[in-house]
Amino acid sequence: MITFDGVSKVYPDGTVAVDGLDLELPTGELTVFVGPSGCGKTTSLRMINRMVEPTKGRVLIDGKDVATGDAASLRRGIGYVIQAAGLFPHRTIVENIMTVPGLVGTSKKKARSTAVELMERVGLSESMADRYPVQLSGGQQQRVGVARALAADPPVMIMDEPFSAVDPIVREGLQAEFLRLQRDLGKTIAMVTHDIDEAIKMGDRVAVFREGGHLAQFATPRELLSNPADDFVAGFVGRDRGFRSLSFDSAAGLEVEPVAVAQAGPEHLVLDDAGRPLGWSGPGLGSDAAPTHPGGWYTTSDSLRLVTDLAITSPVGIVIRVDADGVADGVIRHTSLMKQLEARRRREVDVA
Amino acid sequence: MIQYLQNNGPVIQAALSQHVYLALVPVLLGIVVSLPIGYLAVRFNFLYHPLLNLSGILYAVPSLALIVLVPSVLGIRILDPLNIIVALTVYTVALLVRVVADGLKSVDPLVAEAASAMGYRRLRRLVSVELPIALPVMLAGLRVATVANVSLVSVGALIGVGGLGTLFTRGQQLNYAPPIIVGIVLSVVLAAILDGIIVLIQRRTTPWVRAAGRIAS
Repeated sequence: MITFDGVSKVYPDGTVAVDGLDLELPTGELTVFVGPSGCGKTTSLRMINRMVEPTKGRVLIDGKDVATGDAASLRRGIGYVIQAAGLFPHRTIVENIMTVPGLVGTSKKKARSTAVELMERVGLSESMADRYPVQLSGGQQQRVGVARALAADPPVMIMDEPFSAVDPIVREGLQAEFLRLQRDLGKTIAMVTHDIDEAIKMGDRVAVFREGGHLAQFATPRELLSNPADDFVAGFVGRDRGFRSLSFDSAAGLEVEPVAVAQAGPEHLVLDDAGRPLGWSGPGLGSDAAPTHPGGWYTTSDSLRLVTDLAITSPVGIVIRVDADGVADGVIRHTSLMKQLEARRRREVDVA
Repeated sequence: MIQYLQNNGPVIQAALSQHVYLALVPVLLGIVVSLPIGYLAVRFNFLYHPLLNLSGILYAVPSLALIVLVPSVLGIRILDPLNIIVALTVYTVALLVRVVADGLKSVDPLVAEAASAMGYRRLRRLVSVELPIALPVMLAGLRVATVANVSLVSVGALIGVGGLGTLFTRGQQLNYAPPIIVGIVLSVVLAAILDGIIVLIQRRTTPWVRAAGRIAS
């Protein structure tokens, strides 16, 4: 657990970067600090490994004040990932990953085998081990940055805009892979971003900062979207927060109609022999032999957001549900989905 | 010409080895002195301009004047080889302070910061992260300083200590071309060889720079 206890940072020129921050980052969870520039999120993050020292208050890791003891030793126990990776250009990939093990005196041989294992873990081929950072793409460099932070197996990690220097498609892939990794590792992570979508996607919890170093709200992503603390947070999370909040609800509870309903009439669903959906056939659509692709389908493990999106994009306004084998086992009409979403909303806010 | 070479082998050899000695010792001393000064200039911002301006002024002092001036400051005889060594060391330092400072400034601040954040203490960070990254810039400067020294040593011949330069003065006094030609050729060849050695060192110690080149091509 990382604890901020009445932490403030005031620079000599009087600028208040952080103002009386109280915050608890639960062990094994990923907490995201998000906010506009100048809100103190990065300063707060950097106080965890003493790259910045607070002017007031304490930062504790598992109850121990980070200010006691040696800063360099503290930092070797905290994984650090930064924007654009910050790799050492004069060291090969594997040497970069071996940095912290080298500092704490792990044998070269052991450090190297750990590094190669980590490369595989973050999705880098071993053939890259002896290349230099400049020979890698931005996305690959960022993977090396993550591997380097994990090399000494630190219980705590801090990440400063770790995915912001790569293009959006690469970023999505890196985010998803990192989440998968974190599910296995269960590190206590503090991560800074200016991107609210990234915060909501990545965070178990999100701390929204506002200008002047104040904490505006500390909540789960779901709560942030469905129940923002004030206008600032509501404005920051964006106008389509209602739609986005659907990503936190499972589609399992939706009532479906039998598939047979969609197989009758001039516009009808075409299935293959095994019962897997092929597409829609009818006037203005494809034929039975070459049906129009439905755009997608969902399973009970998907989110309401996906179902809603499919309802909007479906050529006929009907969403298909499939089971684990891809066999169609139910359909929902657009209108039925809207009614169910409305009922859900009323339940949540207790409107009769 | 061939006869001159045959008759003066030992003299030429002695002049050459003295030239190498007088050119290289200042380079080595210059590296030792300029590293800490260049580091201080980068580490403490308020020192940067004073130190770099001072080294710029030193470099502008005419070489002959410096060679005449050094003995009176150090209290040594003007013919002492130490005179040349001190004067050339001053030039080398003047040149290399800027080179070291530029080299250290070429290190991406984000990389230096990442090193600290991973638990490097200041000295170790300097030795194993910043200096290696600064090496390409520093070695490029060292090439200039070394070649400049090889040619500057000859100036010392005007006061009587000067390796291959003594061949120039002798040839001029005797109005006889061969020593002058031999002196020039050896001086150029020596500069080229020393330069080549530094290039080799550069290739061996900074393979990552060439890796970058392979990507670009």
